[in-house]
Amino acid sequence: MSLDAAAVRRVANLARLRLDDADVEKLQAEINGILGWIEQLQAVDTEGVEPMAGGSPNPVALPWREDAVTDGGQADAVLRNAPDREGEYFGVPKVVE
Amino acid sequence: MRPTDLTLAEGLRALDQREISAVELTGAYLKAIEALNPRLNAYITVAGDAAMAQAHASDARRTKGEAGALEGIPLGIKDLFATEGLRTTAASKILGEFVPPYESTVSGNLKRDGAVFLGKLNLDEFAMGSSNTTSAFGPVENPWSRANDPQKRLVPGGSSGGSAAAVAARLAMGATATDTGGSIRQPAAFCGIAGIKPTYGRCSRWGIVAFASSLDQAGPVARSVEDCAILLRSMAGHDPKDSTSANIAVPDFAAACTRSVKGLRIGVPAEYTLPGLAPEIEALWQQGLDWLKQQGAEIIPISLPHTKYALPTYYVVAPAEASSNLARYDGVRYGLRVTERDSDLRDLYERTRAAGFGAEVKRRIMIGTYVLSAGYYDAYYLKAQKVRALIARDFTQAWEKVDAIVTPATPSAAFPMDEKQDDPVTMYLNDVFTVTANLAGLPGLAVPAGLDGQGLPLGLQVIGRPFDEETVFAVGAAIERAANFTAKPQVMA
Repeated sequence: MSLDAAAVRRVANLARLRLDDADVEKLQAEINGILGWIEQLQAVDTEGVEPMAGGSPNPVALPWREDAVTDGGQADAVLRNAPDREGEYFGVPKVVE
Repeated sequence: MRPTDLTLAEGLRALDQREISAVELTGAYLKAIEALNPRLNAYITVAGDAAMAQAHASDARRTKGEAGALEGIPLGIKDLFATEGLRTTAASKILGEFVPPYESTVSGNLKRDGAVFLGKLNLDEFAMGSSNTTSAFGPVENPWSRANDPQKRLVPGGSSGGSAAAVAARLAMGATATDTGGSIRQPAAFCGIAGIKPTYGRCSRWGIVAFASSLDQAGPVARSVEDCAILLRSMAGHDPKDSTSANIAVPDFAAACTRSVKGLRIGVPAEYTLPGLAPEIEALWQQGLDWLKQQGAEIIPISLPHTKYALPTYYVVAPAEASSNLARYDGVRYGLRVTERDSDLRDLYERTRAAGFGAEVKRRIMIGTYVLSAGYYDAYYLKAQKVRALIARDFTQAWEKVDAIVTPATPSAAFPMDEKQDDPVTMYLNDVFTVTANLAGLPGLAVPAGLDGQGLPLGLQVIGRPFDEETVFAVGAAIERAANFTAKPQVMA
């Protein structure tokens, strides 16, 4: 599998990363190098293998907790690092006309 | 003996016996940082005043007989752990001025036990790298150098390069670190110190800037295996705020360091003898096995047949999770914001992320976004998760025959800052011995075991069963005792 420049731009678009033309060319070469190397996974027989999704080697050890509110009422702490705020809200450019 | 020469265990004894105060100890470390950090760049942020205030408070607690398990011990904190009121950057421009209003569970546990925080340690940006050269705050220099070329600056390894360099150069008594593919063990080996990535779930990930959530795990680096054991006991423990944190009792890891290895079965995986492995590393590996045999362990050849697929698996799984985790850096809630007048929200996201992330982070976000995208998910991401299951199964089968596995920690000693950096795939090979433990969620310890022909440290790795860090510490301490590693870096306080 090999990505052309248009595909690199499409992925950048999905990732919300602005790329200039020089970035696209450089990333295209690097990504294709990495994908070519990853390709070897296709050689592994994984018929009937359940995918391992989490990181725990011992999932029974991981407990569930009650789905309940444990925290809240901390608007100032939450907004303390906001680059822009209006009252108790994050400020962003106009989204709706 | 100067205070900065003490190990953590010796420091605790000296503090206990009032041979030194926390204020004196912290002062000595701050002086060392002042002298050497301009060169090594191990700290991104030094918290001198706060550290001295903590040290005074610590001495007061000790006087009152309220000393905690780490009372008065000066530590460095990897700048990936959120520290309340203290800048936490992840070595990225995008979080450059972030001051968390909360404390990570692991650093909070250390504070609870009386530790003093000297400052925040440098790393690869968002922990992505094996050389600590991707930090937005500049590279860290390894305090060690080659005997025949002392002027050449070497990398400390990554991503916990600042942690390892600081501990090796005596700019901290111990440090926190994190390991996603080898980021504790590889820099520990490059800097001639010990470091353990515990079992996934042993330490809470709450408040640690996320890279790849199913692989990330916090652990300590320190100057001895026992020091790591002392630190891990404080760092570990169940945390209801992390749903992957294991509700399992934390044993006395330091006590395990004195256990005999007599009768233990030590596995040697055939697949770890890689073509082109440096003869010095192979010889050291054999030496390590001989030491264990002399102490009564049985050496058993084993096979981990899917080892060769571990790195490509990692470089699908880790970027996929990273691309998802790093979606939160959008210029809205915290961190950098780049926008033009009258721009729209999408423009704000794209400009902010383009300006805030470095090249390696962008590369991994792109790979991760691609392997998760419609049409490629099954071929790449799902496939990698299945291979990951096979890699984990290899280990499960090995545990029927052996109690621990011993391998080299890295394929080479530390390399120069200006080498190996161009080709990402070559750089990724630094993690070849360490990454399987992350994929399988197992504990892995790096212990300094010898020097190469250039006088640079080399490490061995001990991998153990899930939640059996005690055996890992016992084997690591046995190697450490036999190796009697006393060499010191050239740049040292």
